[in-house]
Amino acid sequence: MKIHEYQAKDLLRAAGVPVLAGRVATTPAEAAAAFTALGTPVCAVKAQIHAGGRGKGQVKGSGQRGVELAKSAADAERIAAGLLGKTLVTIQTGPEGQSVRRVFVESGCAIDRELYCAVLVDRRAGSPVLIASTAGGMDIEEVAARTPELILSEPFDPDRGLAGYQARLLAARLKLPTASWRHAETFFRRLCRAFVDLDASLVEVNPLVLTKDGTLVALDAKMTFDDNALYRHKDVAALRDEAEEEPAETRAAAAGLSYVKLNGTIGCLVNGAGLAMSTMDLVKYHGGEPANFLDVGGGADVKQVTEAFRIILSDKNVKAILVNIFGGIMRCTTIATALVEASKTVGFTVPLVVRLEGTEVEEGKKILASSGAAIITADGLTDAAKKVVAASKA
Amino acid sequence: MSILVDRDTRVICQGITGKVGEFHTRGCLDYGTRMVGGVTPGKGGDAVAGLPVFDTVAEARDATGANATMIFVPPAFAADAILEAVAAGIELVIAITEGIPVLDMARVMPVVHASKSRLIGPNCPGVITPGECKIGIMPGYIHTPGHVGVMSRSGTLTYEAVWQLTQLGHGQSTCVGLGGDPLVGSSFIDILGLFQNDPDTHAILMMGEIGGSAEEEAAAYVKEHVTKPVAAFIAGRTAPPGKRMGHAGAIISGGKGTAEAKLAALRDAGIEVADSPADMGAALVRAIERRG
Repeated sequence: MKIHEYQAKDLLRAAGVPVLAGRVATTPAEAAAAFTALGTPVCAVKAQIHAGGRGKGQVKGSGQRGVELAKSAADAERIAAGLLGKTLVTIQTGPEGQSVRRVFVESGCAIDRELYCAVLVDRRAGSPVLIASTAGGMDIEEVAARTPELILSEPFDPDRGLAGYQARLLAARLKLPTASWRHAETFFRRLCRAFVDLDASLVEVNPLVLTKDGTLVALDAKMTFDDNALYRHKDVAALRDEAEEEPAETRAAAAGLSYVKLNGTIGCLVNGAGLAMSTMDLVKYHGGEPANFLDVGGGADVKQVTEAFRIILSDKNVKAILVNIFGGIMRCTTIATALVEASKTVGFTVPLVVRLEGTEVEEGKKILASSGAAIITADGLTDAAKKVVAASKA
Repeated sequence: MSILVDRDTRVICQGITGKVGEFHTRGCLDYGTRMVGGVTPGKGGDAVAGLPVFDTVAEARDATGANATMIFVPPAFAADAILEAVAAGIELVIAITEGIPVLDMARVMPVVHASKSRLIGPNCPGVITPGECKIGIMPGYIHTPGHVGVMSRSGTLTYEAVWQLTQLGHGQSTCVGLGGDPLVGSSFIDILGLFQNDPDTHAILMMGEIGGSAEEEAAAYVKEHVTKPVAAFIAGRTAPPGKRMGHAGAIISGGKGTAEAKLAALRDAGIEVADSPADMGAALVRAIERRG
């Protein structure tokens, strides 16, 4: 689960990690009031959306940046007016962009150097790891790919946390002035503690700032959380902003389905995540473009499958649907019954290609054949892919 | 011969009194697995599917001589169940449970590594040696006894691959579901080593996914240590990067994790790559033929 920057900063502040004072605003007038209340000569006015790259992002139409500096309350009001209710396009939002509903007005600080740090779980080390780099404010994936030696990492035990010496080691390698090492130790250890205590899956601070007076401050903050652990963090779960999420994905999650919207024309309904991903690959291999990833899981019932079809069909780009089921625990008869049921209640407006294999496959095929529903059956993966690609282009 | 499990493996189920645990315990019994009991705290003395239920894994082990466990305990308690199995000295711990918090697994991993137990999973379909022993949720009938070792991070994709192999007349020595979570007990490398040393495994088919660097590491291991024919498929070649899970995983591995990087590493190691998921079984056949 993702949250906004201002929410992440609230959580970090509560965990004792240094962040700047700031206020969230939903109207230009509130932004002006926030500037006055903060009482600093310069404030940053930052669009709050669940996507990165805001600083370089542009508002559709005006070209205004997603983050700008204000030197007066009137400035803050003008910048906020240019963001609120507008669509911001960044490298992470895709060309359609994302609607800005809130801005965060944050006091400025005197920046000496910009650094990078993040906490996440390293698969290879089998533990959380603190990553830091002198290359702050940049695209970290690019830094990792081009200059991996600039990426420092320190794995730590979740219960013991980051050791003091590990924090000092990083401080030294980041070439922080020795007078700032104590600040760095506090900052890094508390950041790692917050990551563990909140069951985060990522805490990213980019840039992490060394101020002119030698302290460290999280100038930006991005946090995502382990969905599997949200049950024990009701306060974090309450920060969910559904308005920022793809409506179809939210709807799918509520029905116990795993759905990711893509930009193609072939809707996919599959059981199992690996097979679902492979089905997308298969569609593309045969010249089509998948419209979505959809995993109905191992034990989907008629209701879930019907909802899955409704979600797929709500995407107006869908020109054909491919159902690919390898019945293991899920019986082919269950999915066939659900398909027939769904075709009656949902009403298919596009061709439907079905490939069934596995448990009770023959009985399943009979159910489809005798239903009279307009279903194109396929034998094997390749046949299914060719048929659905042809149907989508017909 | 086979790896990990055979007809002599004695299996208990942790979470046997739950609906799912009971269902799959019966499925394993039907397949011929030597299920010897189950564990649910507070339900000791009960019986499920004709098997005795114990309060603790230690009791179950002492009473039944179990050397393997299949875990269906709900996610919030599953990490604890793994720790209990390890503490009781169960040699093979197979965690089927999906949805365990990642940091719970981060706490479990060092304990498993310091023990003599091997953990498979979590969030995996289990392990099967066709015709001998099935521990997990895979449909038994699609498998045939034979000589291809199969391993994968994904459940239904494994079924697909096994089905293709069976149809091409290639049976399987053992099929291992490694699990789809960021932190799992056994890696491709661990299982590759076992397959390489198993005289009954003549070729290896592996299914990987985008993200992380496990496939690259497996490729390097194959190049160095594996003399048997290997074929592979990587799922998610078309997944858009912006939507990828474990987005920051690529930071650590220095830009690795993309399908392209994985495929290049696999090919470089002499592994036969399936371009389409429909081609997995055929790729394995090509790998065998290439070796003559």
